[in-house]
Amino acid sequence: MEFTLTDLTHLLPIVIVAASVLVAMTIDMFTKEADKTLGWFTALSLFAAAYVSLFFVDKTGVHLSGVVASGGATNILHFVFTFGAGVVALISMEYAKKTEMRVGEYYVLVLSSVLGMMLIAAAKDLAVIFVGLEQMSISFYALAGIRRKRDKSVEASLKYFLLGAFATGFVVYGMALIYGSSGTMALDTIRYAFPDLVSQPLFVLGLALFVIGFAFKIAAVPFHMWAPDVYQGSPTPVAGLMSTVGKAAAFAALLLIFRPVFDGAENALFPFLAIVATLSMLYGAIVAIAQDDLKRMLAYSSVAHAGYMLIGFASGEATGAAGVIYYLVAYAFMNLGAFGIIAMIESAEETNLKVQDYAGLGTRAPALAALLSLFMFALSGIPPLAGFFGKYYVFIAAVEGGATWLALVGVASSAISVYFYLRVVVVMYFGKSENRMEYSVSNVSLLGVTISAMLVILLGVLPGSIIKLIESFVR
Amino acid sequence: MLTLEHFLTLSAIMFALGVIGVLTRRNAIIVFMSVELMLNSANLAFVAFATKLGDPIGQVFVFFVMAIAAAEAAVGLAIMIAVFRNKKTVNIDEINILKW
Amino acid sequence: MAIELIYLTVALPLAGFLVNGLLGSRIKNEKAIGAIGAGVVGLSFVIVVMAFFETLGKPVAERTSVVELYSWLAAGDIGVSIAYQVDQLSLVMAMVVTGVGFLIHVYSIGYMHGDKAFWRFFAYLNLFIFAMMNLILADNFVLMFLGWEGVGLCSYLLIGFWYDKKFEKSTTSEAAKKAFVVNRIGDFGFLLGMFLILTTFGSLNFGEVFAGVAAAENVPPLTFELIAIFLFIGATGKSAQIPLYVWLPDAMAGPTPVSALIHAATMVTAGVYMVARTSIIYVNAPTALMVVAVVGLATAFFAATIGLVQNDIKKVLAYSTVSQLGYMFLALGSGAFVAGVFHVMTHAFFKALLFLGAGSVIHGMHEEQDIQKYGGLKKYMPRTYITFLIASLAISGIPPLAGFFSKDEILWYSFMNRGEIFWIVGAVTALLTAFYMFRLLSLTFYGKPRFDEAHTKPHESPYVMTVPLMILAVLSIVGGWIGIPEIFSGEHGNLFHSWLAPVFAEANLAHGAHPSHTTEILLMAISVAGAAGAAYLGYRMYSSSKKQPGELKGAAGAVHKLLFNKYYVDELYDATAVKPTVWTSRYLLWKFIDVGVIDGFINFLGSLVERLSGVLRKMQTGVAQFYAAIMTLGVAITILWIILSL
Repeated sequence: MEFTLTDLTHLLPIVIVAASVLVAMTIDMFTKEADKTLGWFTALSLFAAAYVSLFFVDKTGVHLSGVVASGGATNILHFVFTFGAGVVALISMEYAKKTEMRVGEYYVLVLSSVLGMMLIAAAKDLAVIFVGLEQMSISFYALAGIRRKRDKSVEASLKYFLLGAFATGFVVYGMALIYGSSGTMALDTIRYAFPDLVSQPLFVLGLALFVIGFAFKIAAVPFHMWAPDVYQGSPTPVAGLMSTVGKAAAFAALLLIFRPVFDGAENALFPFLAIVATLSMLYGAIVAIAQDDLKRMLAYSSVAHAGYMLIGFASGEATGAAGVIYYLVAYAFMNLGAFGIIAMIESAEETNLKVQDYAGLGTRAPALAALLSLFMFALSGIPPLAGFFGKYYVFIAAVEGGATWLALVGVASSAISVYFYLRVVVVMYFGKSENRMEYSVSNVSLLGVTISAMLVILLGVLPGSIIKLIESFVR
Repeated sequence: MLTLEHFLTLSAIMFALGVIGVLTRRNAIIVFMSVELMLNSANLAFVAFATKLGDPIGQVFVFFVMAIAAAEAAVGLAIMIAVFRNKKTVNIDEINILKW
Repeated sequence: MAIELIYLTVALPLAGFLVNGLLGSRIKNEKAIGAIGAGVVGLSFVIVVMAFFETLGKPVAERTSVVELYSWLAAGDIGVSIAYQVDQLSLVMAMVVTGVGFLIHVYSIGYMHGDKAFWRFFAYLNLFIFAMMNLILADNFVLMFLGWEGVGLCSYLLIGFWYDKKFEKSTTSEAAKKAFVVNRIGDFGFLLGMFLILTTFGSLNFGEVFAGVAAAENVPPLTFELIAIFLFIGATGKSAQIPLYVWLPDAMAGPTPVSALIHAATMVTAGVYMVARTSIIYVNAPTALMVVAVVGLATAFFAATIGLVQNDIKKVLAYSTVSQLGYMFLALGSGAFVAGVFHVMTHAFFKALLFLGAGSVIHGMHEEQDIQKYGGLKKYMPRTYITFLIASLAISGIPPLAGFFSKDEILWYSFMNRGEIFWIVGAVTALLTAFYMFRLLSLTFYGKPRFDEAHTKPHESPYVMTVPLMILAVLSIVGGWIGIPEIFSGEHGNLFHSWLAPVFAEANLAHGAHPSHTTEILLMAISVAGAAGAAYLGYRMYSSSKKQPGELKGAAGAVHKLLFNKYYVDELYDATAVKPTVWTSRYLLWKFIDVGVIDGFINFLGSLVERLSGVLRKMQTGVAQFYAAIMTLGVAITILWIILSL
């Protein structure tokens, strides 16, 4: 195996993040608690990696004996991970100070989880997917419990850990079966042999177990049950990280394994995917209605969003794959924006998280209320914001793939979801409240949220060019 | 003569035992040990397949799984200590303030 | 160069809107806000002019260029691009919009001085220019529609700008609402037309659709007629034609610069522009084209008669605008697309001037708008008076001012292509126009003052307001000279015609033999003489009398009353359309169907979902093992399914 300068430049985004993990550990030794140095370092190195990812988007190639890829869709996903995590770092600084969180481990773990995600998206081999998945997951388990004196935080951490490890068991067993039936771990070899392999029961079983493992990570029904508890209990920026870029990484793994299907191979798991998508869309939207806690509500709604994205897989169309990537980008930033605002409003004692607590925010903090409304409108899919086009593209793919009924279920679920998203807006502007709650608006958090808002608008204004860009790499 | 089928059957039984352990045991540590059982059943399958295929990659991958399981154990046990400090228990049916 | 930069003419006003809209309340400095607002439009004008000269330098066949910014939406075969088309027609319109728009922006700095929401006004004006430029420069129907809706929104916002002010019997908000609702009816027609175009030609891009129309052999003629009629319904809404004209007079509730910019010079001509842009569809739809001509002519005449007796200075001008827009549609309906656009341009000059002059008078008279309370203002406001006189002469069609050339061309084409009746009604309308304009002029500027000179001290407006008036006055004089008809200009031909004609499809309407030059000059002489006579009559009847214009008795009185009450059309619409709709909405649709049936059903569904939600959430017991069990169940079912499907 050779490691050349070309490899180094092509893999620069990954190299930057990997180096940042080490540098962050070193910085931690020399700084005090609640210092913002580490936060800024994390944010800036992630933004740098994001910039390099986009800059090198046309540098396609495979490296390190053919186990890691660069360029194209990989780099677009890398951009989502790094940029999204960069925004998380921005909204974390004030939150960390407010809650007296241990920042040393925190930022190192954020960077390390991003490194895991990037490995998944760049993988050319099942082993790399596995390593990336575990690096991300283990970092998440620790991040969920980083407020280790808080009951909810450690409970979330424990549940996530046990169930996540359980799901990993399925993934590994699925990999074993895929390996046994195909004789290889290399994704490209599997891809070319796929049309023959789908007739082997052992392979289909392995594929199903693998997909189930990742269905757990994306929180699709019935593998979703950890998500509401974990998102609610985790520190808010962490919940934002897990529900957006973490979910995107799991989808990246699914995109890799489903690559042959998008090329036109038989979609052997169609009934499975269609049922899981339907259940997720309906269950997520319906149960979110009864939630008072905003984080929990967003958790259920993220279950529904996972369902919408699975439609793109069920369609088996190349446009569906592009639609999923578009949706991931859109969802990442609308959800991050919402979590960012929740992090500002929330108190250190985990109060001010109920929808009713937001009553009157429209007059007391008009800018925050306007931004949160924007994200709620985007999440509910109102045009011309990012969320609308995300749904639009996956629904179109379903119709093209001959599964119109799935698109119809999606529309019904969207209609239900409008209720709980807009309830927040209604409460903010029309709700009356004596609650003179304190909230901490720092310029850094506001910067993170504003960046998200701009991307949400931009994705709604320029959907055509962006989807074309993505499609050119997926094909 | 032991064939691939024997190994696979054993691996499947181990996997099932692991799943049952996860579903039935109350203590978080034992639940986690059951998960380890599942991972090891997968390892067994990998080794069996690798022998059958005459391909070393499957065997090498087992080391990956073992290394990562160790990392997982380290984080997991730390989490359980944190839980125990707060709740004085690691019985998972008593850890349920987050629900509905 | 400038053509590639054409997107700046859209981007700059948008930037102006964002700066003034977001930061305006903090800037506070009126000069800075005004400079930003007017500056961006002025810059846009410069770019458009540069693009014009660049296009002029090209051979006729290469004068259309499309600047594609990006593809906004791509779904299957339908793609919608943000792309701007620069050609002869869009350049003329863009020059009028940015040029006149710039002057009106400058004027507004003086007119809106001291208003509590000065910044908001300029933000809206910039937003309007942004939307209007999208409408004009769009290279596809969707973007055009976006601009179309955008200008409608700005119109709504600006009519109701002084939302707390009384207007006639109700408020400005009511007037704004009326404009919005009436326009929606038209927009609905536009949308239907667009859908029909999409299903027929599979595209909404101008180039593709027009090529499709030209090549269409198996498209039934009825389809063309329907598309043309639907689009024209849209045009009647936006351009205030029968039957949807009723909103425009009420739109005068807005500040006067708004009336000048939106409700005289630019937005209301959007319908004319749209019909001209789609000329090839209308050429293939002879019946629809006839409808356009008849509606235009009827509106021109009908509105002019109402204008004869109104006493509010802006109302007179509003009906005059409706009437002049009717002329433009008469031109289009006579297949004289060039003449229609020519009149759009000259009308923009003199009507903007009239409105701005009226604004100057209102400003000087401390918000008094009733012309019965004016009189003898000549000596108080000399600059306003001179420019107003020039505009009145121009609109009356007195040569060699701008209005003469464009109006004469329209009348000539209506005579040639539609026959004598059209010419006669058109010429009579021209007489009426001259009469009511000189009535207005005389009651305002001549005679003795009819206000209390001790208390009301009229004053001339500042230069920031009168300089735009002067520029517009010059344009009202010379603006028509680029379209001097062939019989006068000799071998040069009609310059405007040779510039614009290549854009339009040729309408084959020639009505019998081609009339001679003698006929043309004779008809011209008759209409000019008639207009001059009517103008003099208006001047004589209203300038010398000291007393109020007397009460008319008998039949004349009845006619006067009918006209004064605008043929009771508002009341008619109220009784036949508005009240029944409101009644049906309230008692049938709202109280019964909405509250009873739909709400009942939705509430039932809603409570069902809510109850379901309450039940399902209990599944989330909080015990991790239960979660694992559900997962395992999912896995088991999946494995079972795979085994069974083998």
